[in-house]
Amino acid sequence: MTPLRISIAASIASVLLILVVLELIRSRRLRERYALLWLLTGVVLLVLSAWRDGLNTIAGWVGVTGYPPAVLFAVATLFILVVLLHYSTVISKLSDQNVLLAQRLALLEERLLRKRD
Amino acid sequence: MAEPRRIAIVPARNEVGAIASVIDELRAFDPGLDIVVVDDGSTDLTADVAAARGAAVVRLPFNLGIGGAVQTGFKYALEHGYQIAVRLDGDGQHDPRELPKLLGPLAANEADIVVGSRFADGSSTYRPPFARRAGIAWFARLVSLLTRQRVTDTTSGFQAVNRLGIRLFAADYPHDYPEVEATVMVFKHRLRLKEVPVRMREREHGTSHITALRSLYYAVKVTLALLVGVFRRTAVPLEEGEV
Repeated sequence: MTPLRISIAASIASVLLILVVLELIRSRRLRERYALLWLLTGVVLLVLSAWRDGLNTIAGWVGVTGYPPAVLFAVATLFILVVLLHYSTVISKLSDQNVLLAQRLALLEERLLRKRD
Repeated sequence: MAEPRRIAIVPARNEVGAIASVIDELRAFDPGLDIVVVDDGSTDLTADVAAARGAAVVRLPFNLGIGGAVQTGFKYALEHGYQIAVRLDGDGQHDPRELPKLLGPLAANEADIVVGSRFADGSSTYRPPFARRAGIAWFARLVSLLTRQRVTDTTSGFQAVNRLGIRLFAADYPHDYPEVEATVMVFKHRLRLKEVPVRMREREHGTSHITALRSLYYAVKVTLALLVGVFRRTAVPLEEGEV
């Protein structure tokens, strides 16, 4: 069984994560579309932390017998990987758009200079 | 029929020492050839020198890399309605006197893109350093396999394309070390590619921006792009008239 203190600490951490994300959305420092993954991460971690029987059951499914909180770490790691991968796609898209903008700008600038001469 | 409007696309980055003679040579070779220099974020006076020689100059606000710069040139050619575009480097390694070999197959409508190959006739004296030679051979093999056509020089930036090629490359052009991927792209879009043997000169100024470690990085990256690109859905470019 998961030690009670671990459950409490992990629950508090999850709630903090959720609150920080919500505050970032409120103050418009984080767009909703990027916040969703983080919120999902926080909620899943909170559920697994607080619902101790559930964590034990899942640990049993995946063959973790000795130390159920390991599942918590594994799930947290997985979600972080997903968030990072998501960011890589966002960065790729941004740099593609950046190239397009630079090309557009340069072509328009050339036109403008030619007109003026 | 009037001669097709043609343009030379010259990507250049910090080529202040070579760009003037490149433009002069192009002019001397064919006065009817317009020239657009794409200045890829130079920190020297490349753009000013080119503009003073009468070339159109498109100044990118920051360095995009060769692929982004070349694509800008194709976009320029597309927007200004050119029928034929030749692409050659701003460092002077591509000799304009070789251009008729590239333009011939386009004029005869035998190909949509003509690539000047240093190796096509097998008698080339061009001996790049080992790492570069290995890379060129590897990509020639891989591209030949993927396209089922013999391709000898996939890294040549000395090319001529017709309107179909201009359209394709303006819409979609790979990033750094773009020629290899572009070759495969051309086949996937069912454009006709033809290689012709050309001689290239040693670089007159500056050094190639591709060092040994970087070439390995590019080799791996481009290989990945090629293999993944095979599974990418592509559209055949539409006929003239919808731009």
